[in-house]
Amino acid sequence: MPSISELEKIASQVRRDIVRMVHAVNSGHPGGSLGCTDYVVALYFEIMKHQPNPFDMNAKNQDVFFLSNGHISPLFYSVLARSGYFNIAELATFRKLNSRLQGHPTTHEGLEGVRIASGSLGQGLSNAIGAALSKKLNNDSSIVYSLHGDGELQEGQIWEAAMFAAHHKVDNLIACVDYNKQQIDGSTDQVMSLGDLEAKWYAFGWEVHHTNGNDMQNIIETVNSVKKQLGKGKPQIIIMRTEMGQGVDFMMGSHKWHGVAPNDEQLASALKQLEETLGDY
Amino acid sequence: MKKYTYSEKKDTRSGFGDGLTELGRENPNVVALCADLTGSLKMNQFEKENPDRFFQVGIAEANMIGIAAGMTIGGKIPFTGTFANFSTGRVYDQIRQAVAYSGKNVKICASHAGLTLGEDGATHQILEDIGLMKMLPGMTVINPCDYNQTKAATKAIANFEGPVYLRFGRPSVPVFMNEPFEIGKAILLNEGSDVSIFATGHLVWEAIQAGEILEKMGINAEIINIHTIKPLDAEAILKSAKKTNCIVTAEEHMKHGGLGDSISQLISENCPMPIEYVAVNDTFGESGTPSQLMEKYGLNAESIVKAVTKAIQRKK
Repeated sequence: MPSISELEKIASQVRRDIVRMVHAVNSGHPGGSLGCTDYVVALYFEIMKHQPNPFDMNAKNQDVFFLSNGHISPLFYSVLARSGYFNIAELATFRKLNSRLQGHPTTHEGLEGVRIASGSLGQGLSNAIGAALSKKLNNDSSIVYSLHGDGELQEGQIWEAAMFAAHHKVDNLIACVDYNKQQIDGSTDQVMSLGDLEAKWYAFGWEVHHTNGNDMQNIIETVNSVKKQLGKGKPQIIIMRTEMGQGVDFMMGSHKWHGVAPNDEQLASALKQLEETLGDY
Repeated sequence: MKKYTYSEKKDTRSGFGDGLTELGRENPNVVALCADLTGSLKMNQFEKENPDRFFQVGIAEANMIGIAAGMTIGGKIPFTGTFANFSTGRVYDQIRQAVAYSGKNVKICASHAGLTLGEDGATHQILEDIGLMKMLPGMTVINPCDYNQTKAATKAIANFEGPVYLRFGRPSVPVFMNEPFEIGKAILLNEGSDVSIFATGHLVWEAIQAGEILEKMGINAEIINIHTIKPLDAEAILKSAKKTNCIVTAEEHMKHGGLGDSISQLISENCPMPIEYVAVNDTFGESGTPSQLMEKYGLNAESIVKAVTKAIQRKK
């Protein structure tokens, strides 16, 4: 098991990968990717029981992760490569013609580690519930994780899925909302208020937890305590407070870096702030 | 004209329900999901026999498609059930991303397709669903013609790996089909030399009725049942067309995007010839009994006879 400081070093490298990937093609979504880096690194390098190679689409006896907010694909690709699903050299193909690393994650090109396409928002919770039901039917006690943007909660399908999970007691699932309060057109408060998120999920029959998504120790403690609530008849959700653009000072505190790539000068400034710990791809 | 008879009338949705029940007994990986229409889709028996493999999702079709896609991860074969309108138009993006693009082994089973849904009217009478589904890369589209064929198709798609749209309906129609069912394989119902009639779904029985009328008029019609609209049995269609040199297509669907449209593309690329379409032409349906609607919108044997006459005239 890696220590907290080792996980933080991995996160630093993943953040370097993210800014380099989006810079190379002058497109992609760095803001949310940087904000969720610590959580996804914690899942793949510490929390989840999973086997990168050979990749098993059916995830038999493995924990499964669903990225519902597929636009933070640079983070997903970096973590998959760094944890052994495919060669890190392939990160250089992100968003380029003939790449397996499409703008949004897909199974269509056969990229190991991706189990369903995402990008059109609001669908990942339903997909995760389906995988969780499959695990129950297969007497597979491993866990299904899902990650969602907060803006994504404006999609109605999320609440259809929320209602279903409580009604059908989907208690082998840990969902997580990236609560950075930002979306493309501005803050969630300006665009479409999320209101009292905790009360909403609670009212839909979920157990609600909170964590600081940019504090590795806090993330691991939270998920470990949530895991103890599994199997008790209720779906679990973590409202994860994050900073969009976390780790790169000029990208933080605004929605402006949701889907904008840094230029050469900005890339250099970002990389100065992020230690190279595992070697760049 | 080969003689077709029937001893009973049954709804094609019951063929689906009975096929699903048998699948429940035979294949432990088959699971079923329904959006508050278990009775209408005839899924009750499957639910009764397999409560752990049946999932009531409530009136939430988008979620149903998403869950079905997720359940394939773990090796399940999900069959979703709701009306054709809510199986396609309402959930197009979910099917597109999570099922078709993701290549998931989901069987989208759609009842009450077309005008024969009847009195509920145009909000529920989808006539665009074949078009919507056939446009999706990798989607197989099947529209069986009677109880027997619907039951056979239901069972066949469980053993076929990949996304499938299975379309059937509400009214009781003659049970006459005894030919074996194979996905993608057209069924020759009557050999003829003057015109090729390609029919799907409820219009297949009407095509047989039309064939008998045409025979009395001295016209020898070749009648072929196209139950699988995608992938199309190009070989069988071209073979027949090259023999008769004119075509009539018949379907309970919009002219644009339906079977006629698929055959027209195939013919124009290979051997252009006169084609007449028995289909709904760019309009919504309305309330009425199934037979009233089929007559008003020209989806019956009489319309097929008229279309044949016209196609043969154009050939000269």
